[in-house]
Amino acid sequence: MGHTLAEKILLSRSEADSLAPGDVVMVRCDVVMTNDISGPIAFRTMREMGVEKVFDPAKVVLIPDHFVPAKDVRSAELQKVLKEWAAEQGVVFYDQGRGGIEHAVLVEDGWVVPGSVVAGGDSHTCTLGALGAFGTGLGSTDVAACLAFGEFWQAVPGTIRVEFSGEKGRFVTGKDLILAVIAQIGVDGGTDHVLEFVGPGAEALSIDERLAVANLAVEAGSETGIFPADDRTAAYLEGRTDRPWTAERSDPDAEFARSVRIELDSLPPLIALPHSPGNVVALAEAVGRRIDQVYIGNCSNGTLTDLRQAAEILRGKQVHPRTRAIVVPATQKIWRAALAEGLLDVFAAAGCIVSTPTCGACFGGGNGILAAGENALATTNRNFKGRMGSPEAGVYLGNAWVAAAAAVAGEIVDPAEVL
Amino acid sequence: MIISGNAVCVRGDNIDTDVLYPGAYLNVDDPQKMAPFLFEGLDPKIREELVGETVLVVDENFGSGSSREHVPQAIRASGITCVVGKTFARIFYRNCFNLGVPAIVCPEASAAAGKGSVVTVDTDTGVVTVDGQEFQARPIAPFMLDMLAAGGLVEWSRQRSA
Repeated sequence: MGHTLAEKILLSRSEADSLAPGDVVMVRCDVVMTNDISGPIAFRTMREMGVEKVFDPAKVVLIPDHFVPAKDVRSAELQKVLKEWAAEQGVVFYDQGRGGIEHAVLVEDGWVVPGSVVAGGDSHTCTLGALGAFGTGLGSTDVAACLAFGEFWQAVPGTIRVEFSGEKGRFVTGKDLILAVIAQIGVDGGTDHVLEFVGPGAEALSIDERLAVANLAVEAGSETGIFPADDRTAAYLEGRTDRPWTAERSDPDAEFARSVRIELDSLPPLIALPHSPGNVVALAEAVGRRIDQVYIGNCSNGTLTDLRQAAEILRGKQVHPRTRAIVVPATQKIWRAALAEGLLDVFAAAGCIVSTPTCGACFGGGNGILAAGENALATTNRNFKGRMGSPEAGVYLGNAWVAAAAAVAGEIVDPAEVL
Repeated sequence: MIISGNAVCVRGDNIDTDVLYPGAYLNVDDPQKMAPFLFEGLDPKIREELVGETVLVVDENFGSGSSREHVPQAIRASGITCVVGKTFARIFYRNCFNLGVPAIVCPEASAAAGKGSVVTVDTDTGVVTVDGQEFQARPIAPFMLDMLAAGGLVEWSRQRSA
């Protein structure tokens, strides 16, 4: 019996000779990443484990991104702990103004290669599957064990094969593909499983769009989501990393728990209505909903591709008087590239707030909190009740075209009507 | 290991960690100080039921979303000894075991329990007793039982590093 891609990666990073779903194995990490929320708790916990020094300083990356720039003293203290601990341990530290949102930074800076295992103190570490890695989100105690020993325990997941067939239409992006998957399998449909994205529609996606797809794998309850590496992956990694890697894919006779097929030819842009990423409807069904805040950014859709899409809509137009729009490039490098391309000026001229990279309002940390009764259209990944502020606010999830169009119209609208 | 307590029921499927512990309070890093925010986005009154040793009884896909350990940390700091549910979201599930607070998958026991029910869990046999009525929980991997017997991942790791 052959192995799935996820099983192959886990076999290569554990002592096991064979694996079956449900087996618990210790998995070695190529990279351990943590941030200003999960980090300080993990550092203290590592000491409680009786360990003073990290297993390998070259494999540990600290990125403050959640409450940055510090929104209050308590947040500032956590960021101070992160910075001091990084110096004390000699690990890699991306200070504010030099990194950005953790998953985007890891991908952009060559930390992630196909077949690698990255343990991150954030649930959206699954984003790294865009490059064929096994990125897994863990809590602080797990992260502490990874910092101490370079390993975490893992129950071997089954794999759900997700095939994207056909070709996607205008104004349809990676965001819509993954929302279609969540709509089909449900917010817990991926529990104990990895989503493996294959088919012509997957291969046609740019790395930026694959990031959005992999990012929301956890919104289906999955362990992670993963794209087999291909020529696009190789082209993206060229000049970005000197880490060795090989392109692996699932064996032809690998056993999948189930298969899901999404037809892209007929897929419209989608919207997840409040208060669940699984509450998915076609854009046409959500048209006309009033929008008070548009938020373009976060670890799924703060890429240069997203900013270009938004700028195409906003160029020469104005944000609607009843709406405010916040644009948050995911990393400092993306911010600078957007500046060089003139995108940031397009946003500023349209009346958008252009922010430094931060997780910010996506998780209700700051930088765009919603008042009671307000609605936001966000390119983020979660629209749980109260996620972006007041529990009486509503968050609609959509792609960057749709978000920018809503900023212009002050309500949810088909981007074709605005462009 | 035998664990028991009075049931505190939090009903509803897909209850996410954002409502269990809203993002605004994630800059708290002391578990004792996390406890006052548990259930803040869902119903703060649930905290009033957390008297003495309690067992949290939940429905499907409990703890979905964020990896924030603040939820199980606050659960442990609040005297909740165990969570019995129909199903759990993955990261929440492992976080619970890591902290020595087992998350027991037993839909029948979850359905049978009401507010204040006396719930007892034998993690070795998987038998969950609700007001004297016995149910069989889904099996727990041997590694997780070992970790639980040690008291959680910290203690299990201490033994390893010693």
